[in-house]
Amino acid sequence: MNTTIMLFLLQDGITNGAIYALLGLALVLVFAVTRVILIPQGEFVTYGALSYAMLATGQVPGTVRLAVAMGLVAFALDLFFARKALHAKLVMRSVALNIVFPFALLGLVYALVGPHTPIAVNIALALLIVAAIGLFLYRIAFQPIAHTSVLVLLIASVGCHLALQGLGLVFFGAEGLRGPALSGAAVTAGPLRFTGQSLAVYGLTVGFIVALWLFFGYTKTGKALRATAVNRLGARLVGIRTTLSGQIAFLLASVIGAISGILIVPITTLYYDTGFLIGLKGFIAAIIGGLVSYPLTAVAAIVVGIVEAFSSFYASNFKEVIVFTLILPVLVLRSLAAPQVEEEKD
Amino acid sequence: MSALLTVTDVHISYGKVEAVRGVSLDVGENEIVTIIGANGAGKTTLLNAIMGVLPLKGRTTFAGTDMAPSDIEDRVATGLSLVPEHRELFGTMNVEDNLELGAFRIAKAVAATSLERVYTLFPRLKERRKQLAGTLSGGEQQMLAMGRALMGAPKLLMLDEPSLGLAPIIVADIFRIVGELRAAGVSVLLVEQNAQAALQIADRAYVMELGEFVLSGTAKEIAANKGVAASYLGFQHEGESAI
Repeated sequence: MNTTIMLFLLQDGITNGAIYALLGLALVLVFAVTRVILIPQGEFVTYGALSYAMLATGQVPGTVRLAVAMGLVAFALDLFFARKALHAKLVMRSVALNIVFPFALLGLVYALVGPHTPIAVNIALALLIVAAIGLFLYRIAFQPIAHTSVLVLLIASVGCHLALQGLGLVFFGAEGLRGPALSGAAVTAGPLRFTGQSLAVYGLTVGFIVALWLFFGYTKTGKALRATAVNRLGARLVGIRTTLSGQIAFLLASVIGAISGILIVPITTLYYDTGFLIGLKGFIAAIIGGLVSYPLTAVAAIVVGIVEAFSSFYASNFKEVIVFTLILPVLVLRSLAAPQVEEEKD
Repeated sequence: MSALLTVTDVHISYGKVEAVRGVSLDVGENEIVTIIGANGAGKTTLLNAIMGVLPLKGRTTFAGTDMAPSDIEDRVATGLSLVPEHRELFGTMNVEDNLELGAFRIAKAVAATSLERVYTLFPRLKERRKQLAGTLSGGEQQMLAMGRALMGAPKLLMLDEPSLGLAPIIVADIFRIVGELRAAGVSVLLVEQNAQAALQIADRAYVMELGEFVLSGTAKEIAANKGVAASYLGFQHEGESAI
């Protein structure tokens, strides 16, 4: 093997690894705040990518109708849980978030959709759609069971994944889609050619990591999210609404997922079920990071990407096997380091 | 004296077991009220239910408003604050972050002055402000928990066993500060096993036994009561752990 091939593989691995890093960070974020292991993260990727690809061809993606439907369910749940003490303010807030926002989004999509809509507008619409779905998903599936055990939350999470994947087949069909590249520019450095797309991947990943670091380290909301993760009762006792923290975490995760999808869809053809596998690789990175450490997760994700690139070159049949086997030694080491399994007390 | 907190005929159950039965109490403005009693009398349960951590049956009002429809977060915003028995600090965050989060519902400018006040009350916290809360000593953690609650500018501070497991010199310090809170316009509802210390700083006291109030009156009357002296003052077990 010569140096050029190795450089190519490294470049490929780092590009994919950057995407996995974004997804891994979102998984750690959601788990820390809500204790949910976000299996549907992969669906956020596909929904973002394929909604963007459909918008680019001038079609209205079915996901926007799903957002409206989920908004209605979320509104009904809000009313049901607040039935004993209905305040006008509470109802107005719920109407604005669950009814006005998705319907406005629906109107916006129908008004702007077309074959000549600028790429930036399509991206913004795709992000908004997935953000709405992520927000409502928390309200519908997880908020009512937020106090239950990690296992119950995990099962709900698997259920959400299966439901969203099935709906994905309805919305996007069994055929794969590709989206237009964000930029046609390219830079050549030695034997390597960096497309504008891969540069955007690096830039956005680094940007997100820095932004998340600033958000959690220096803003009141970010600290409140961390506090919720550390001690739920303590957070409630200082007046932090833990449901709001959960919503913010899901909102961030869905937007990160959708961005990842939009970044990949010009590079590879995505199918309605591709997201799951991509999400799983982010999950491996998150597990290596112990579901708590952001920097470790980012580094692990790059390693996963590089291992994947090299194994697809040497043993492409075993690509996934090799990548997923990475998790075994990590789990063994972790179980040796922490012999007692601790189930949280509340 | 106008009542800040009133609790009328409250029952609290864990499943079929009734832990608190028909309890009524009130706390006025600028008043320190203490609930004393043995382990398992239901004191912590009562405080948690008043805060909204546990559901209760009965009527509770705070500053003249019925508390039934509001949850913990609403109660914090209206000026009720609980320093729980287990302190519930944010262990992996530093002291200053913990304090700042205590002022989560408060405007930033107000929070800055509260922070100065808390640092004046607890100079130890200022020395340790970049240290992680989980690495503090027990006494410092108790100070931090009280400081965090005070950051929210409460009208009524409910303290659950602030002396639990602490060295006597630190207990004295904490009780001195509780006494100072009254001057700052904060009422205190204090739950304590250390009846002697609690009765010294309190205006009024309730004695709780097996989920009911068996005695109430001014702190002086309660301290002079022979039954109380025998049960709670004579055989004081320091640092006994609660259930």
